[in-house]
Formats: sequence, C-alpha cells, structure tokens
Amino acid sequence: MSIAITTQFICFIILSLVILIGAIGVVLLESIVYSAFLLGGVFMSVAGLYLLLNASFVAAAQVLVYVGAVNVLIIFAIMLVNKKEDLKPINDIKSRRIISTSICLTLLSLLIRVDLTNVWNLSIPQNSIGEESTIRIGEHLFSDYLLPFEVASVLLLMAMIGAIVLARRDVMTKDISTGLPVDQELIEKSSEPLLTNKN
Amino acid sequence: MMNLESIPLQAFLIVSSALFCIGIWGLLNSRNAVRVLMSIELMLNAVNINLMAFSSYVDNNLIQGQVFTIFVITVAAAEAAVGLAILLSLYRNRVTVDMESFNLLKW
Repeated sequence: MSIAITTQFICFIILSLVILIGAIGVVLLESIVYSAFLLGGVFMSVAGLYLLLNASFVAAAQVLVYVGAVNVLIIFAIMLVNKKEDLKPINDIKSRRIISTSICLTLLSLLIRVDLTNVWNLSIPQNSIGEESTIRIGEHLFSDYLLPFEVASVLLLMAMIGAIVLARRDVMTKDISTGLPVDQELIEKSSEPLLTNKN
Repeated sequence: MMNLESIPLQAFLIVSSALFCIGIWGLLNSRNAVRVLMSIELMLNAVNINLMAFSSYVDNNLIQGQVFTIFVITVAAAEAAVGLAILLSLYRNRVTVDMESFNLLKW
C-alpha cells in the first residue's frame, strides 16, 4: 500500500473504534433493529481493516456476503419475528451477569497477554505481495485448496435445502418414525399470523 | 513519538480479541435469539481479522490466511441461513424468541 504511515494509523484507529463501539452497541442496545444496522456498520469497518491489510478481494467478499446477504437476512428475520413481548424476569440475573462478565474479562486479559508477550515470527518486508493477492487466492483455490472449495459448494447447497425445509410452513399430519398422528396444537399455532399486533 | 514503518501486528490482534470477547458476552447475556445469531457473526468476524492479520504479517507470500477467510465467510453465510430458518420454525412453535423459553434440552 502506498499511502503514508500516518494516514494508515489514523484509518486504523478510526476503524477499530467504529468496530469496538459498534459491537458493544450490537450487544447492548435495547432495540434489535438498531443492533442489526450497527452490525452492518461493524461489517463495513472490518472490510476497511482488510483493505488496510492489502486484501482487496477479501474486503469485497466481506461487503458482498456479510453486508449484502447476512445482514439483510438478519433484518428479514427481525421483521418476521418482531413481536413486542414482556420477558419473564429471571431470579439470579445479577449473579449471571457478574459471572459472565468476569469470564469475558478474564478471557480478554489472557488473549491480550498472549498477543503482547509472544514473539511473532514476522516476515520482512511486510505486505510485499500487494495487489497480486487476488491472483494468488485464485491459484490456491484451484490447486491445493481444490477439495475444500468443492466441499464448500456442497455445503452451500445443503444449507440452502436445509433452510427451505426448516422454514416451510406445512406440517405433516403423521409422525414419520412412529406413525402416530401429530399433535394438532402445533398446526393450530402455526396458522397464527406472524406479524402480530404492531404496537 | 512513534516512528514505526507499519502498524504493529499486535494492534490487529488486540482489536480482534476485544471483538471476540464482546461477541461471547453477547452470546451469554442476550435473551433475544436474533441477537445471539448476531453475536456469533461478531465472533466469526474477530476470527477473520486474526486470520487476515497473520496472513499479511507472517505469511505474506503464500497468503493462505486469506483463503481460509474466504472459507470462513462461506461457512458463516450457510450458518446464518440455517440458523435463521431454525429460529423461524422455533418461533412458529413457541410464539416467542426468548432464549429462556427454549428449554427442551434442559435436564
């Protein structure tokens, strides 16, 4: 990359701040819709970090797949299941919060300690491949990573069929394994409108 | 103050560690099932940042980390589709997205 080192530092700091504050917003905000849009912002900033690392192809894939597909899918799911409901209170919510927060902070301190104390075997000069990385990725995908590449296509097909089967509306009247009639309560429930009272 | 010739590798690693821990916190503490899926996406992104930083700083000639990132993105897309389909069918049976009410596997 040919931009100056000061510019790189400023970009890195801004992108990191957007990523971390956005991620905290994703897990803490009350409204799930705001969380989903902040998640899109986090994905875009991660793509910016990839650009700083000289990986334009992966940055483009990140924007296309995460922002274009995953985030839109999440927003559609929110639209389908967005029902205002009063959550039942949990008795020991405070101790749960304390335990989980302390676990996360311990893990974070351990990870940061490993990051800072380990001696990384860096290669010199850094980022030497530059814009040739797209060509190199293509060579990898069609030579030594050919089998994972083909398996990934089968995985995507399986995920597509699985998602269609799972999200289908109709319910079978007989249980496949036992032959007994299915509990009709479930079918009754399934015919309820998904977009219930918008309040 | 700093006269480095590039951003240190450790900076990327610290950002990805923090992002991963935020994802774990959200996974453990959120009660909305959609937010749990979002936290999983955050954790996958932290892993991707790690892989990309290592491929750029340690393995900058073969860049196998970038190929791995492509595969992780593929698996994440499949996971999001199947996870949201499971969520829809759960919502149809239970009419809620509260994680505390999905307790069929509790002993």
